Amino acid sequence: MLRILHQIMKVGTITEPLARNQDFEVLGEQLKSTVKKRFQGSLAIRLVDAGSCNGCELEIHAANNAYYDIERFGVHFTASPRFADMLLVTGPVSINMKTALEMTYDAMPAPKLVVAMGDCAINCGIFGQDNYAIAGSVSDIIPVDTIIHGCPPSPTALIQGILSTLNQPEG
Amino acid sequence: MTTGLSNTWFAERLGDHGIHSQYLEDHHPAHMPCLEIRRLDWAHAAEEAKRLEMRLVGVWAAQAGYHDDQKQLYTYMAFAHPEHRHVVLRTTVNIEKLEIPSISSHYISACRMERHIQDMFGITIQNIPDTRLWLKHEHWPEDATPLMHDFDGKISLSSDPNRADIDYDYVPCDSESVYEIPVGPVHAGIIEPGHFRFLAVGEKILNMEERLGYVHKGIEKSMQGRHVDDGLKLAGRVSGDSTVGHSWAFAQACEYAANISIPKRASYIRGILCERERIANHIGDIGAICNDAAFAFMHVQCSRLREDMARLHAQAFGHRLLMDTLKIGGVAYDLSTETCQQLIQQTRHIAAEVERLRDIYADTPSIQQRVIGAGTVNVNDAKDIGLLGYVGRASGHYPDERIEEAYAPYDDLDIPMPQGKLGGVSTRVWVRFEEIANASRMIIQLLETLPEGDIQSEWKAPQAGVSGFTAIESWRGEIAAWVRFGKDGLIDRYFVRDPSTINWLGLELAVRTVPVPDFPLVNKSFNCSYAGNDL
Repeated sequence: MLRILHQIMKVGTITEPLARNQDFEVLGEQLKSTVKKRFQGSLAIRLVDAGSCNGCELEIHAANNAYYDIERFGVHFTASPRFADMLLVTGPVSINMKTALEMTYDAMPAPKLVVAMGDCAINCGIFGQDNYAIAGSVSDIIPVDTIIHGCPPSPTALIQGILSTLNQPEG
Repeated sequence: MTTGLSNTWFAERLGDHGIHSQYLEDHHPAHMPCLEIRRLDWAHAAEEAKRLEMRLVGVWAAQAGYHDDQKQLYTYMAFAHPEHRHVVLRTTVNIEKLEIPSISSHYISACRMERHIQDMFGITIQNIPDTRLWLKHEHWPEDATPLMHDFDGKISLSSDPNRADIDYDYVPCDSESVYEIPVGPVHAGIIEPGHFRFLAVGEKILNMEERLGYVHKGIEKSMQGRHVDDGLKLAGRVSGDSTVGHSWAFAQACEYAANISIPKRASYIRGILCERERIANHIGDIGAICNDAAFAFMHVQCSRLREDMARLHAQAFGHRLLMDTLKIGGVAYDLSTETCQQLIQQTRHIAAEVERLRDIYADTPSIQQRVIGAGTVNVNDAKDIGLLGYVGRASGHYPDERIEEAYAPYDDLDIPMPQGKLGGVSTRVWVRFEEIANASRMIIQLLETLPEGDIQSEWKAPQAGVSGFTAIESWRGEIAAWVRFGKDGLIDRYFVRDPSTINWLGLELAVRTVPVPDFPLVNKSFNCSYAGNDL
């Protein structure tokens, strides 16, 4: 136990303010206040991997690490679509995942925000739209609110993407 | 290690048993030869390989290359022997009667790969112990055979409405005290999709069955007709966490086929990238395993170290996960002296931090109680299935292509083998800790002895019909890749076998009699790739 405490003390707090991006300047505080205003301080995200290579998932994990600590802005990932405010979808939608994606979307309550994360989710990426095993990009299957470019998008890009979704006018 | 001499060991052994084989000149490298055998010897040859204690590497099929009758179909199987290395066998399938005998009675791991052939080519595998569909899910049109030449792979398949309600035929149990738990394809956490069907009695798992294929993206078909540079990008996305491993396997298969060798400096940099990928993934997994047993401290510490690595990767190699860092014939990024120093420093620092965390992990009874003896695979089963990588190493099965195949730069390195036997979660974690320490030493040695020179050889596409085969030890274990070229130097057929294809079978065994709540823990200790299996 002492060693655990020692390690924790030694490392200290490493959580950083959210990095600024050249053309998209946001601060974590902005995200936090938006989450507070629109979702009473807690935004629940359900992730569906609709056919990704697992690269995007690694970066979503990274957004939860101590450097980015996305939870401090009130954003957390949930196990069920039933109480998810936002659906985060990665990968091109494979024909074998299409039904599961539709069912997850249908199971969500309004406002059903949808974010397509990564180049594959946006335009099928390297796997291509002209592919027998791919049903289409995410927007071909369900309505998409925001897209986040990258292969995979960095944790910073992910957090900024989530914020820009929340900043879109309601309705 | 490339040698000019062809490897005749297996051909001679087959000859001893009356199996005639013919060496194919258009396959490279010579030390991993491709032998043509008669169709009627197919199952017999597998039986001989088994008797010689060879391990099954893969079973696949391909329509003929450009110098044959293009309608012709071939099936291939590859085996590996610790001393005599890899050999590929090929036979022709009668196109009037698409049938080939199953080899699953000799090699249980062949079964899913044979089902893959059935799904993709419509070839009937005679006497296959499991006749169900695999990657081709039930809703597909029945006559869809995507890897045949005349199948139009450019049009998205639409579901057959008559087949939409057909369910996969899971192993049933009609006992009243047994209940079924369906899990997935969408899982609770941030992971890939797949379905697990549990049969449980009380808290204990009686049987767990995997249903995969949800992230099937038609990678094999999509590779056809691509230029090698474009193909390399795709190969790097077979499984995003092993991007260096898969890129290396694809690149090396192409380089073997074209008979070009890469500069020594490039091979060293590939080694550094691959070992860094190994460390990053092991660190991430150790944290995640501990987190599944509620030891969140380790998870926070490990993900911090992983992030440190990702940041230096972005700076030194332009990508946090090391995607697109390899080139056909070399690597995309050279290392300056300053970057070398940074990499050495960080590798040392991370190795030391991991050792400190390892002491804490070993001294914490709450986590030890959960991992010791959980989810075991015994030595016999591990050898029988041919488990790879850290999963094999934890269960007394020790194939390591860095040692056996000793491709550059590993021929210059001393590679210790962590020899686990108990085969549980704690042994798999132990192997991972050992591998982090070993990989750190290797990275530092590679960086300190980095040869001067170019990082890129000139690419010269081989003639149509020529193929190359290779095996690369990625962080999960051996990746086998076979690439055949077509017209204008474009890819004609790409077969890849991620280690997960084999290791998934180990997970089914490991979770028997394990309490249901321990499943995530055991599953994470395997951490098989869904994308790498589903292709």
